[in-house]
Amino acid sequence: MKTKTIYKPTEGLVDRDLSYCPGCTHGIIHKLVGEVLVEKDLIGEAIGVASVGCSVLSYEFFNCDMQQAAHGRAPAVATGIKRVRPKNTVFTYQGDGDLASIGLAEIVHAAHRGENITVIFVNNAIYGMTGGQMAPTTLIDQKTSTSPRGRQKKGTGEPLRMSELLATVPGATYLERVSVHDPKHMRKAKKALQKAFEVQENNQGFSMIEFISTCPVNWGLNPNDSLKWATEHMIPYYPLGVYKDATKEESDE
Amino acid sequence: MAKVLMKGNEAMALAAIKGGCDAFFGYPITPQNEIPEYLSYHMEENDRIFVQAESEVAAINMVYGAAGSGARVLTSSSSPGIALKQEGISYMVGSELPAVIINVMRGGPGLGGIQPSQADYNQITRGGGNGDMKIMSFAPETLQETVNIVKESFSLADYYRNPVMIAVDGLIGQMMEPVDIDMPINEKKCPPKDWAATGESAKRGKRNTIVSLHLDPYKLEEHNLKLQKKYDKMIEDEQRYEMINMDSDPNIVLVAYGSMARIARSVIDDLKAEGIEIGMIRPISLFPFPQKAFDALSDKTTTLLTLEMSLGQMLQDVRLASNGRHKIEFFGRTGGVIPESDEIIAKIKSLIKEAK
Repeated sequence: MKTKTIYKPTEGLVDRDLSYCPGCTHGIIHKLVGEVLVEKDLIGEAIGVASVGCSVLSYEFFNCDMQQAAHGRAPAVATGIKRVRPKNTVFTYQGDGDLASIGLAEIVHAAHRGENITVIFVNNAIYGMTGGQMAPTTLIDQKTSTSPRGRQKKGTGEPLRMSELLATVPGATYLERVSVHDPKHMRKAKKALQKAFEVQENNQGFSMIEFISTCPVNWGLNPNDSLKWATEHMIPYYPLGVYKDATKEESDE
Repeated sequence: MAKVLMKGNEAMALAAIKGGCDAFFGYPITPQNEIPEYLSYHMEENDRIFVQAESEVAAINMVYGAAGSGARVLTSSSSPGIALKQEGISYMVGSELPAVIINVMRGGPGLGGIQPSQADYNQITRGGGNGDMKIMSFAPETLQETVNIVKESFSLADYYRNPVMIAVDGLIGQMMEPVDIDMPINEKKCPPKDWAATGESAKRGKRNTIVSLHLDPYKLEEHNLKLQKKYDKMIEDEQRYEMINMDSDPNIVLVAYGSMARIARSVIDDLKAEGIEIGMIRPISLFPFPQKAFDALSDKTTTLLTLEMSLGQMLQDVRLASNGRHKIEFFGRTGGVIPESDEIIAKIKSLIKEAK
């Protein structure tokens, strides 16, 4: 019988089991990043930077050279790599605790310097790996293990919007927030990744794609309800779209 | 090349360029600012990388990234800044990455002061960062010795795949002295960096990963034992020290490094003029601590007087190295106060009087 391959896993990822919980969207995002790196023929020369959190083991999944960074420091590590390896594609893969809390200085200054790197930012409004603590991105009234009565504005502030924040930084070139809750949005997310890596290939500077993600285990919801919760609660507070695109301004110059 | 008069910090910066430093990442802090200032101009001129980071934490993590992709990397700072860098230093030890770190020491604790100090001894030799970790560290006495060690450190770091720290007190960073920057040095032969994450997985045919995470405790133990073997090799092969005025078979031997050793030299000369013979062990490597110097002491030596610009941190290592064979005495000034040789002479004379 003749068989025809209609689908196969991307070669952008190592052929092994992922460490993520069932229903979490890290797997989809990994796949998209891997696919884009393969399609752009960058996987063999890319250097990725894994962060601390659920994606700490991503150095075992992306099928390229990888460095594992200290908590929040991935943009600084990527800066060091890119400066001495300017011809290689350099990306970080970071969660919201890593990027928006402990690594706030590193992400803002990497953007500020206009580092020619691509940041994959996965925002699920909670610390997943450590067991569901409150993050800077946790929504108001969202219950976590360190905001058991729900996050309150007084004392813990309102959720940080990183794409909007970085859009105010002059050095940032391309910023887009995407979601992967359905196939249509996945295709859009993939386009955003293609654009971000293109910005880097063209030496146009700092790009970040923010993914709205889920955490079924720590949200206490099943995978389907998690996707629903993300669309009903996260996207209204974190609207999807392009927050900055300085590539056009640059080409006009 | 002929000797030129240079300021300590600038001489170290130039020595780094001569030592093959590809990239520098740093953050301003007194009293080491002339290092980044000098490099901000001269690294670019030499087609190398200079980045002023947003913090010491970011700087050391840039060092981690650049070292992980195979470059020869330098950072410099001073005591409280080194404390901030300990996170990245521990990661580099764990991931076996080479780098050179210059620490121009100032007084502490906390923000402390900006005057010369040797109060980082424990920070340098007792881990600093988390985990079973060691970094090789050198505390040179003159600018010539300093530039030679800075140049050599890049190959030592590469050879051991471990960070190397040059620890000078602020006095050495700020003073001027004639140096021959091109004086030949011994360089270790280093194997190619086939472990580096250079972004050549296609060409190499395999992925390289730079990681300090080992979730399986037995694997982490195995990794730490491997690191320990490197530390043992450093202890075996890299102890550096100078023995001064030991032919006189002195009863009292001073133990001092860096600027304190310079002061101790004049103490020895002054006392010699009075007919009193005093010896000195001058540790050049802080880790590995020069145990061999203490093993070489004759039975005539009864007393070791440790001199430090701190309240006695190397003192612990002197006790361990002596292992009960000597009376251990201490003299130190702290907070950035540089002792006068007269104070030390008075201390030595009181020890002689006690012994009689």
